[in-house]
Amino acid sequence: MSYAGTNVESPLQPNWEHFPHEADMGVRGIGPTKEAAFAGAALALTAVITDPAEVIPTQPVTVSCDAPDDELLLVDRLNALVYEMATRKVLFSRFEVHLNAHALQATAWGEPVEVARHRPAVEVKGATYTDLLVKQDQKGSWIAQCVVDV
Amino acid sequence: MKLQTDMQVHRINDYLWEIPPSEKPGMLVPARIYASAAILTAMDRGVFDQVTNVACLPGIHRHALCMPDGHWGYGFPIGGVAAFDPEDGVISPGGVGYDINCGMRLIRTDLSLSEVQPKLELLMTELFRRVPAGVGSRGFVNLTRRDFRDVMQQGAAWCIAKGYGWDEDLERIEERGRLQGADPSHVTDYAVERGINQLGTLGSGNHYLEVQVLSDKGLFDRTVAAAMGLTGRDQILIMVHCGSRGFGHQVASDYLKVFEKAMRRYGIAVKDQQLACAPFRSPEGQDYFAAMNCAANTAFANRQVITHQIREAFTAVFGESAHALGMHLVYDVAHNIAKVERYPDGEWLVHRKGATRAFGPGSPELPDCYRAIGQPVICGGSMETGSYLLVGTDRAMQETFGSTMHGSGRTMSRAQAKRTVRGDQLLRDMKQRGILVKAVSMSGLAEEAGFAYKNISDVVDSVDRAGITKKVAELKPIGNIKG
Repeated sequence: MSYAGTNVESPLQPNWEHFPHEADMGVRGIGPTKEAAFAGAALALTAVITDPAEVIPTQPVTVSCDAPDDELLLVDRLNALVYEMATRKVLFSRFEVHLNAHALQATAWGEPVEVARHRPAVEVKGATYTDLLVKQDQKGSWIAQCVVDV
Repeated sequence: MKLQTDMQVHRINDYLWEIPPSEKPGMLVPARIYASAAILTAMDRGVFDQVTNVACLPGIHRHALCMPDGHWGYGFPIGGVAAFDPEDGVISPGGVGYDINCGMRLIRTDLSLSEVQPKLELLMTELFRRVPAGVGSRGFVNLTRRDFRDVMQQGAAWCIAKGYGWDEDLERIEERGRLQGADPSHVTDYAVERGINQLGTLGSGNHYLEVQVLSDKGLFDRTVAAAMGLTGRDQILIMVHCGSRGFGHQVASDYLKVFEKAMRRYGIAVKDQQLACAPFRSPEGQDYFAAMNCAANTAFANRQVITHQIREAFTAVFGESAHALGMHLVYDVAHNIAKVERYPDGEWLVHRKGATRAFGPGSPELPDCYRAIGQPVICGGSMETGSYLLVGTDRAMQETFGSTMHGSGRTMSRAQAKRTVRGDQLLRDMKQRGILVKAVSMSGLAEEAGFAYKNISDVVDSVDRAGITKKVAELKPIGNIKG
């Protein structure tokens, strides 16, 4: 684990972390529900680029996707966020996720990139199938993770 | 010799190793790794797993290969090369990489270190201003959707027609900077949206623009170097490493999803989801190939527009035209690509993923100026250690489908690098060592520290001694722009 952080909505509960990959970076969301784990993974994605605490969650963007299984849904979801960040030139720091089977409806809040303030380290180009996992652990926590390409 | 694998690895010679098909169920051909014993010993387990997974793909011909800069990638290892029968074999985005036609470009000048050094700060500032880098950057070329379709189809030629380069540039670009078969109708709107504003941008991560110096000591083959316009005598050159940016990544992601479904339809099973593939002659395979060629052409165009900006920056700083400064292209070559190529034993669909084409002397694909010496091969090292120019050989044509290494390869994660050094400290240290860095992000800079990479000289020595490319020159950095 390299970094971990907390969600603004549940500050006592760490809900994301990074895990190492030689050339890129692993993002992992952890939470009491699958939705929370998906939201945590999205926050971990932002944390690859900048400190999420520096991103003011003002503008909402709605994303929906569906996939044959939870893992592919996570990749689709993260890739949808990468697409929105790239085309709108924004960063996100707050996420709300609703899942219905393998269909996802989510809202992300963020603001336009300000290089001087956000000091973005790298551009995330997409989510990959490497170390891709969505599962509930023995303690009942959900984990949603994969490596992202930078 | 203790390797990071339990598989049997047989020594062919001091720089070539083979894993027989008996080591993994489903291997159709042996896997071969080019490396010194020391480099092989240090290779991560992922390389052995991944190169043998590639050896299981339908239609693979002769060997699955990995170069000495090999490390854990997505599907293929970085440094992976594999050729497939175009009729019975597959095409896989995992064998091309997400950054389609990520590649290297080298530009020479007639300037010497003593002429550039007094103006280096000004030059780097001007380059940093003219070549956008980092998150959220936009290119200076405003494209309509119709323009972008033309870029996808025409590649570097589109740039030349618009005044962003010289006619002579084209003959010094792999495939003249334009792959045939690029069909924008197979590119999604998502990919277009990501790519349309990025022409002429460097990106971030390990992409860079570097001002380099070639001393007499750095010349290994004066005759070949002279044919490339390299004289030594503290000559200044500029190296660019970048690719198709978010556009190529979106194309790769879009088709990985298509291939996930296609594999079920064609009854193909792969060892790793990132090796999702389809028969090359299938509609899905041909659609991806058409879209991949669009991304590859966009990458050639990207490096061409950046070249234009570099020439403009030098002109602004030194007060002479780029022609007067001798700013000719040495070469531009891809290291993430799939192409149909002809060899003595047939026509093959060659995937190079973090590996460089290295055609030998006499290859009809080479321009007149290089046909006698072989194709220039540009290998980028870390921003602290320098880079190499090599040349392709007959042996590469016989053994590696005309392929060789592409860079130094990481040995340390980005997180570990950031924990080891601060970007601002690295910036100051490099300045003291005579390397001026302009970086968008200090954090991103720390991730690219030299210690996070293999020693490129060791990697280059492996391919040189294996005979699949020969060393021509070593280039040392004096200025670097990072995204």
